[in-house]
Amino acid sequence: MSRDTQDRRDFLKVSGAVASGLVLGFYVPQRFGPVTVRAAGPFAPNAFLRILPDDTVTVLVGKSEMGQGVYTSLPMILAEELDCDWSRVQVESAPAAPEYYDPMMGEQTTGGSTSVMTSWEPLRKAGASARAVLVEAAGQMWGVPAKSLRTEKGRVHHDASGRSASYGELSVKAAALPVPAEVPLKDPKDFKIVGTNVKRIEGRDKVTGKGEFSIDVRLPGMLTAVVAHPPVCGGTAKSFDASKALAIPGVVKVKPISTGVAVIAKDFWTARTAREALQIVWDDGPNGALDTEAMRAQYRKLAGEPGLVAENHGDAEKAIAGAAKVVEATYEVPYLAHAPMEPLNAVAHVQADRCDIWAGTQYQTMDQKVGASITGLTPEQIFVHTTLLGGGFGRRANITSDFVADAVEVAKGEGVPIKTIWTREEDIQCGYFRPMFVHSFKAGIDAKGMPVAWHQRAVGQSLAQGTFLEPFMMKEGIDASSVEGATEMPYAIANRRIESHNAPRTLTVLWWRSVGHTHTGFVNESFLDEVAHAGGKDPYELRRELLEDQPRHLAVLQLAAEKAGWGTPLPSGRARGIAMRKSFESYVAEVAEVSLDGDGEVRVDRVVCAVDCGITVNPWNVVAQMESAIVYGLTAALYSELTVKKGRVQQSNFHDYPVLRMDRMPKIEVHLVKSTEKPTGVGEPGVPPLAAAVGNAIFALTGKRVRKLPIRMSEAV
Amino acid sequence: MIAINVNGKRHDVDVAPSTPLLWVLRDALGLTGTKYGCGIAQCGACTVHIDGVATRSCITPVETVAGQEVKTIEGLAEGDALHPVQQAWLEEDVVQCGYCQSGQIMSAVDLLSSNPNPTDAQIDDAMSGNICRCGTYGRIKCAIERAAKMLRGEAIQEAGR
Repeated sequence: MSRDTQDRRDFLKVSGAVASGLVLGFYVPQRFGPVTVRAAGPFAPNAFLRILPDDTVTVLVGKSEMGQGVYTSLPMILAEELDCDWSRVQVESAPAAPEYYDPMMGEQTTGGSTSVMTSWEPLRKAGASARAVLVEAAGQMWGVPAKSLRTEKGRVHHDASGRSASYGELSVKAAALPVPAEVPLKDPKDFKIVGTNVKRIEGRDKVTGKGEFSIDVRLPGMLTAVVAHPPVCGGTAKSFDASKALAIPGVVKVKPISTGVAVIAKDFWTARTAREALQIVWDDGPNGALDTEAMRAQYRKLAGEPGLVAENHGDAEKAIAGAAKVVEATYEVPYLAHAPMEPLNAVAHVQADRCDIWAGTQYQTMDQKVGASITGLTPEQIFVHTTLLGGGFGRRANITSDFVADAVEVAKGEGVPIKTIWTREEDIQCGYFRPMFVHSFKAGIDAKGMPVAWHQRAVGQSLAQGTFLEPFMMKEGIDASSVEGATEMPYAIANRRIESHNAPRTLTVLWWRSVGHTHTGFVNESFLDEVAHAGGKDPYELRRELLEDQPRHLAVLQLAAEKAGWGTPLPSGRARGIAMRKSFESYVAEVAEVSLDGDGEVRVDRVVCAVDCGITVNPWNVVAQMESAIVYGLTAALYSELTVKKGRVQQSNFHDYPVLRMDRMPKIEVHLVKSTEKPTGVGEPGVPPLAAAVGNAIFALTGKRVRKLPIRMSEAV
Repeated sequence: MIAINVNGKRHDVDVAPSTPLLWVLRDALGLTGTKYGCGIAQCGACTVHIDGVATRSCITPVETVAGQEVKTIEGLAEGDALHPVQQAWLEEDVVQCGYCQSGQIMSAVDLLSSNPNPTDAQIDDAMSGNICRCGTYGRIKCAIERAAKMLRGEAIQEAGR
């Protein structure tokens, strides 16, 4: 783990926001002042924009496109204030450079559902100031005051004289003018692009097979490598015999790297075939005896013992002692893999004075640091070319940039570009998992059926403990991401105590689409359902009562319930469940309708979702992200579980780590709350309520409570 | 040397006969639109047509397709004119990350070529071998229904989005 102990000062700017979307108080000033113009062009007033005389408007996007739609929504924000012709807008992947650092996170990274949230102001200003310069250029050209001019669809108009010029025509003149620091922004009621349904800018490339993912990058003289990773996470190669592998035609080299043994060959299939011919003696390391069943038992035991206090209001213990009724339950969720469709890979070309990396990456700044540490170059000499990402879900942003590091280590000293591809099996087995968690609960209910006390203990591995993130994400031993959503509960329950146990560090763990909310969303919203039923209350009505002072929560809750027909009869054999969660500053409520199929397996027939994410930049895309999050959450709810025996992950590919397929797809309906609040997260907030909504519906249908994921009816109690 | 026909062109490739077609397409011919997702025919990202039939190229040894016509996503459009299925995909704004979509489209084209008016269950049946981690299944189904209408020459009713 030498890459873990890099210069810690470099990471002072890392905030917990990278990990969890939480702002933990490490504010970094915005960096969108005067910047170096990277892409030369006639008119490039800032790092985000280039206008050519032929009227093409190129927006440079420093956020990674992994399906969440940033290549469309971010240019829309800039184009809105620029008043340009959307049909002339092109997008270009920005280089790794400080100009593109996330203002909240102080690094170039895509995660925590922050892209639109943190780009909103800078991109509006970038568009508005460019527009001001173009107007000034037209005013000077025609000898008229700038305020007598107006802009529309990429043209400046002087109505009094009937003259007009396109932005392209003005671009050369505009390039010579200063860019104003302060410009007025539009009144949102005047928006013409933001708030409309705009189709994906890269859609055509993706339906014709032309879209370039890093696995598709082809460079002159390029070789391909496959790495034999240890069968136990954290293991190392003690010794190896490469003679059989080297005898295979097309194999160029076999070399040890810090994470295993790499085979470099003329193409993937040769490298992969040769890898099977390697004879390696592994040292399993500290995880050689790891067993998730034993860990579960250990976690359950810890859940019965006092932990670190993450939050305390009133006196939960006393209130429970005096309650009319007490409810107790223990919930469990497993380790998970992210399993993006494109297996992890990167291309690296290491030369004497520079290293180029082509990667579908969520964390360019870390790639630069890791690349520098491996090559001995400076981070500025590491050039990251961000391609499209075949899914990310958090996996492509991690603190060791593992898949990029493999590629750089493999390519170091080889003089040619090398593409290092992980197989699906490695993608699932070789580290960085959503941690397993056990939560124990105790609640006190008064004589009217209202909860008066809530006591919760979370047991699981911290994402930060023992890594360089620890000083930034942990306070007094508590990792905020382990309990997020359990803390800062919106429900008016007077006495609340949330405790946290950091389970022993074993497997390498990582944020996974919606981070801590992945488990707290399920367990808290399920247990609240238990509390409602124990108090004789309708789960929707109880939430309404507890959210009287939370208007935005209440609005999405009511919208979802109303659109789902909460309280109205369903055909027999069907039932509804409801759950909600604020995460990444957005509010989402979901109602699931479930039935059991002929084999007694759960079938989710319909999900109704209501979301308030402030102003919706691209409503169609917000809907797509909710659909996506619901499917991602449903896969985890119904199928996903990684288990470990003797240190070895038992699952390896989609046959034993199944995901939702079309035949089990529910009907999904998404309803957006109209809002004038600033835009907030969209990629992740649809995930947290889903599993609870399904579990609560199962209880309504069968009287059996789902307290463990993935859902197995035989385990419901 | 093995001779294969891909998108109407003959290629002689110098690879081991057991090499999966997927890697011949991607590495030897540079046709990278066909994707690697699982390597064991579980995800459908590698779907191509062999004599018109949707086939998982990741488990198809190249030697077995000699003399047959292979079509990949790159061969679907005719010049700038997209195949109706691709067009429908754009109209419904199906894609997210896009990585699985070449395979999804190739499966859908095969379905519609043999069944111009598939039922919901027939679509599920034809498409459930193709995984999408972004969860675009709902839009894929809408796009297939739209493409079916386009191919049958029927008017498209806009969903009003």
